[in-house]
Amino acid sequence: MAGAQQPASSRESDDEAFKRELVQLIPHLRAFARTLCGDPAAADDLAQDAMMKAWDARASFQMGTNMKAWTFMILRNQFYSEKRRSWRQSQLDQEAAERTLVAVDDPEAPVALDELRQGLSMLPPEQREALILVGAGGFAYEEAAEICGCAVGTVKSRVSRARRALHAILEGGAYDRDGEPAGEAMRSILADAERLSTVR
Amino acid sequence: MSDGENTKRGRPSRERHADDMIEQKPSSERRKSSAALDEARLRQQAIGVRLRQMFDQVVNEDVPEEFLEILRRADSRSSEKG
Repeated sequence: MAGAQQPASSRESDDEAFKRELVQLIPHLRAFARTLCGDPAAADDLAQDAMMKAWDARASFQMGTNMKAWTFMILRNQFYSEKRRSWRQSQLDQEAAERTLVAVDDPEAPVALDELRQGLSMLPPEQREALILVGAGGFAYEEAAEICGCAVGTVKSRVSRARRALHAILEGGAYDRDGEPAGEAMRSILADAERLSTVR
Repeated sequence: MSDGENTKRGRPSRERHADDMIEQKPSSERRKSSAALDEARLRQQAIGVRLRQMFDQVVNEDVPEEFLEILRRADSRSSEKG
């Protein structure tokens, strides 16, 4: 619309600025996609699709507004529209998510993270998503609500239910790995957090 | 010092002045519940730290060259167009 009237040179510099910002967001898009898809290869496909959708829609983006939230919304919509397209595919996505949230892709990855992944995989998807956006992605409740297309209060209650459920899973009997006693996961998380907080 | 630690954990020392004894039960109850709250808060913080750690682990991975390649192709495509 307004872009069509712009001189070519200004449009090009806008494109350059947009692209620079978009490139910086790629790692975050990959991380968010990984939490939705689980499978790293499928997640990268999703992140690439979202990146291209964002690029194609750059004329509709207001520079200076929150591009991270905007691209996350595109990625999320892309994920759910692909899921809707095929029920079968959504089954596979869910299975892949459960499988890879549990699996350790990186042999160097801290073992305790695996416990958290497994706990997360047990949460309802909408709770997991809300918790990840707010708890890991660094989004405000308002931004997360915009990304998920729901009310702020809904995000708040999803996050708090997710936190409680995750805590219960890690602490309680719902979680059991390699025959470790229940609560072992939580203890190792606490120990790790303590170590991390003293490092910072 | 060590007494302070005990109090935080909701296990007040048995050796107290008589004045304290009168209040001991209700205050120890209060301490117990506030210690439980602190612990719950600490645990939630710990989960939060771990959650960010999990996310950042992917953020800190090298971006596959493919991503930048796709963007470069799109860029040259759009500059060809106009």
